[in-house]
Amino acid sequence: MVSRARKYGFAWFDRVSSNAWMLLAPLLLALTLAAGWPLARSIWLSLTDASLAGAEPARFVGLRNYLAYADGIWFGVLADPDWWRAVLNTLLFTIVSVSLEGLLGVGIALVLNAQFPGRALVRAAVLVPWAVPTIVSAKMWSWMLNDQFGIVNEVLLRVGAIQTPLAWTADPLLSMVTVVIVDVWKTTPFVALLVLAALQMIPRSVFEAARVDGANPLQQFWYLTLPLIRPALWVAVVFRALDALRVFDLIYVLTPNSAETMSMSSYARQQAIDFQDLGYGSAASTLLFAVMALSIAVIMVAGRVRLTQGAVSQ
Amino acid sequence: MRRARCWLAAVLLALSTNLAAAGETITIACSALGRELELCREGAQAWAQATGNQVRLVPVPNSASERLALFQQMLAAQATDIDVFQLDVVWSGILAAHLVDLTAFAGDALREHLPATLAGAKARGRLVALPWYADVGVLYYRKDLLEKYNAPVPQTWRELADTARRIQAAERASDARLWGLVFQGRAYEGLTCNALEWIASRGGGNIVAVDGKPQADDAAARSALREAATWINDISPPGVLNYAEEEARALFQSGHAVFMRNWPYAWALANAQDSPVRGRVGIAALPAGDDTGQHVGTLGGGQLSVSRYSPRASTAASLVVYLTSAAEQKRRALTGGYNPTIARLYTDPEVLAANPFFAMLQPLIEHAVARPSGSVGTRYNQVSAKIWSAVHRALTHQQSADAALQELQRDLERLRRVGRW
Repeated sequence: MVSRARKYGFAWFDRVSSNAWMLLAPLLLALTLAAGWPLARSIWLSLTDASLAGAEPARFVGLRNYLAYADGIWFGVLADPDWWRAVLNTLLFTIVSVSLEGLLGVGIALVLNAQFPGRALVRAAVLVPWAVPTIVSAKMWSWMLNDQFGIVNEVLLRVGAIQTPLAWTADPLLSMVTVVIVDVWKTTPFVALLVLAALQMIPRSVFEAARVDGANPLQQFWYLTLPLIRPALWVAVVFRALDALRVFDLIYVLTPNSAETMSMSSYARQQAIDFQDLGYGSAASTLLFAVMALSIAVIMVAGRVRLTQGAVSQ
Repeated sequence: MRRARCWLAAVLLALSTNLAAAGETITIACSALGRELELCREGAQAWAQATGNQVRLVPVPNSASERLALFQQMLAAQATDIDVFQLDVVWSGILAAHLVDLTAFAGDALREHLPATLAGAKARGRLVALPWYADVGVLYYRKDLLEKYNAPVPQTWRELADTARRIQAAERASDARLWGLVFQGRAYEGLTCNALEWIASRGGGNIVAVDGKPQADDAAARSALREAATWINDISPPGVLNYAEEEARALFQSGHAVFMRNWPYAWALANAQDSPVRGRVGIAALPAGDDTGQHVGTLGGGQLSVSRYSPRASTAASLVVYLTSAAEQKRRALTGGYNPTIARLYTDPEVLAANPFFAMLQPLIEHAVARPSGSVGTRYNQVSAKIWSAVHRALTHQQSADAALQELQRDLERLRRVGRW
């Protein structure tokens, strides 16, 4: 790049960059309108006392929705134990569900990558949970998991795995497990699909060479497959983590209002819509955005560190 | 005399609607739950024909909280698309700022409504809605099972638990899935209604006093919540903690529950052609807390309001007056089984012939416990969420009843200072 710029001089560089800006302009404009404006507006609303109940226009209140101290009590989202519980719930949900999806996704992708009759059909079938809209699948699961006439309890009782029906969505100890199970069922195909694409990019000759060198299948997987699919897997994990951090619809249908499974998005919606406190809800949304940005930064850094370590050891 | 007054009302109504009749189109958002949309359409069209206006119906989501969210967003945006809104009885305070005061339009007809239903339509001294139908929590029981075990309809909650346990134990031999009692135990508005009944049946208050002061932690509430927490996994299935009205009805109507707390709508469904328990169901007032307690249900129901942003507000108000009139409420009682809010319809022979249990409902509605929506202004949903989560914590045994109520009291006091009600 540097040598080229030197060779053709600054005129070329300027022309290229102004061309690039011109070509990028429509996209940047679309991004500003679609993502930047709502974000800026919700940050602005979080600094006001906007409410759905009042007919008066919103007033600027500074950071009061985030944290304020008056009459010996702390107020605001950051002082609300429910918010911190929602943050913990969401992080727990994200870590557990994304890890399980990563493990299962790689496993399924390896199976789908093997040659067997009817492979195309199985590949299509695996994608079905991903294709069903979340609201539909969540409602479907909520009936299947019903404690009295749900099919899940029926089957578990028949095979003797449980003695009494389990209250999957009502039991405070089980409800988060249930939400994770349904999410894993739904989004593992997405991870599997991305990993499968990466697997098919690996040239067969690599494995043939490994076999010639006497590497067993486990070694082949650990030293060849995994490093080679890691970039794709990492993309899948980042995507899934972003999705999981803002989880809403699944929980809204499966275990509405339950404190055990309330996510950050559920909290923000409850404040803004159910409680009419648009300003306060926007403050929660803004914090949700901050938590997401932070988490993704951590994941990206972790990913890069591990990637370079991998490269060094090779 | 009564007939004369009726005629007078009819003439006045005709006059008032004729004045407004300029062929306007009124848009009404009514609930589409069960037969509600059909009944709403018939009533609104009768009004349209009589007055030379047109009506347009907008079906709204079935879930009450989603409906409220939709209405709030429309009203906050000052949208003029919808003129008449069907509101739940606890929404008056939340939406009051966006609604027209209907006192001038309602006139004398107001005096006919049951005071309890009228109280729910008022917010900050303004009449922001007209009562349309009433609802009250009642007890359903399996007549056949009570007869088989020679048990009377329970008069106290303790008696109910004993009867339920006895029948459940004996019947488990033939139906392993039989449970004693189902109610609305999910963490949502329905649980607030249920909890208020348990507390009021012991002579307790309704969690927030009329002057707005929180009073969650009293002796009645403590004993009510302690007792309810013992039902779970004993006479109530553990899943009841995620049941709303329809989940409870599904269990009761399929014959797997002895008792059910629900609203009167379940009566017609439990006795429908395809119902497995058809003809084997009884309905009664909810049990009292103890021998000195009272039989009490929580008040619910629907009311109609006119948006302040409607450019056709007076025509819209005439539709609301028509739909909430005695004649229309009678039609809805006869064809849909909806409980009127007009006192004299409870002694109307035709209404009673179609709905024999209405006679029992009138005193229940009159003495129903109201949710504290009137005393907390726009903050009702927040208060109710605090109530249902505290009750849910106690029912799931994550906290003792006493600890849950103490925390609720602290939460409400804090909320009151933030929310300034």
